[in-house]
Amino acid sequence: MGFDQYHEPAQELPEEARTFARICANLIEEAEAIDWYEQRLSIERDPDARAIMLDAEGEEFKHFAMNLEFLFRRMPLWREIAQGILFTEGDIVEHGEESEEEATEGEAAKGAPLAGSESLGIGSLRGSR
Amino acid sequence: MSHLLREHAPITEAGWRLLDDEARERLTPALAARKLVDFSGPHGWDYSATNLGRVEEIADVPGDGVAAGQRRVLGLVELRAHFSISRAQLDDAERGAQDVDLGTLDTAARRVAIAENAAVFHGLSSAGIRGIAGTSTHDQINLGEDCEVYPRHVAKAVDALRGEGVDGPYGLALSPEGHTHVLETAEHGGYPLLEHLGEILGGPIVWAPGVNGGVVVSLRGGDFLFESGQDLSIGYEAHDADSVQLYLEESFSFRVATPEAAVPLPS
Repeated sequence: MGFDQYHEPAQELPEEARTFARICANLIEEAEAIDWYEQRLSIERDPDARAIMLDAEGEEFKHFAMNLEFLFRRMPLWREIAQGILFTEGDIVEHGEESEEEATEGEAAKGAPLAGSESLGIGSLRGSR
Repeated sequence: MSHLLREHAPITEAGWRLLDDEARERLTPALAARKLVDFSGPHGWDYSATNLGRVEEIADVPGDGVAAGQRRVLGLVELRAHFSISRAQLDDAERGAQDVDLGTLDTAARRVAIAENAAVFHGLSSAGIRGIAGTSTHDQINLGEDCEVYPRHVAKAVDALRGEGVDGPYGLALSPEGHTHVLETAEHGGYPLLEHLGEILGGPIVWAPGVNGGVVVSLRGGDFLFESGQDLSIGYEAHDADSVQLYLEESFSFRVATPEAAVPLPS
């Protein structure tokens, strides 16, 4: 049995980091499953088989979105950046750059541990002794 | 420019880096509460109160047939510790001096860390903060002077938490004196006391200036909530030809959501 999602000794990782790693592993697995279904669908001709795979692919995408939302709830800055990218129209890269800049400046002004912040950026020390 | 007014200080970028690094280095080992409780934020300097989710009825509402209530909030506390740095010392740092005297900053950092820890573990009643030890629903267990019996006391505290259905892992905030005793002590057979306590707790033993004795807390999350407005920062106040007056500052609130998730072990 492997615990490949951990790249540091699991016993040294705080509970939050282990949960975070599990959700990241989920996210990767859901993305892989979507990719596999998409490839199968691209060559499958039987309509019944296609319907099953399409349904399954949709489930994987729902799980992918749920995992992503979990990460956003843990990382408010990521959520803020994603809000400027997701469900928009136009140049995706441009939205990404603008959104990152705005969100980062906003968080730094609040004292988050980011470049440009005037705070010491200490924040939570959970996991350190 | 933020209210910290750092741009007005006669301090170079390298000077600010020196001061910020020194403050961070001094504060990080001493901020025990942040190693054991949930931390949210920073929400910014203009964040003034924590929502308690409660409403209080207002009796003297003008007019008939109208009821009124007022939301209850917990106002954030501002902690500020002043210190003064010699301009000659800052000039020496610019020249490459490695042994600059930043003792006043170190003292301010220690004071702020002690105040934060004390507020979290023992409360700050004038600001409406009830500490972890004071709100605990468990009988306190006297830690005593003899640290060889600490494992028995800590095990009893962990048992009490489990008995209430409060899951682990658990952490122990320990006064500097108690922490030193633990580090110095090996049990019969030479087994380090620190490791034995760590096995009982399943979590860290934290050096906690400002704490009386010790406090065992659950680390499962959701029980102890530290809300940061502005996280610890250095601000500028004034200067003259010889020195710069600065301060370390933060704003925060703290509340206990689950009083049964901790056991106080006073010395």
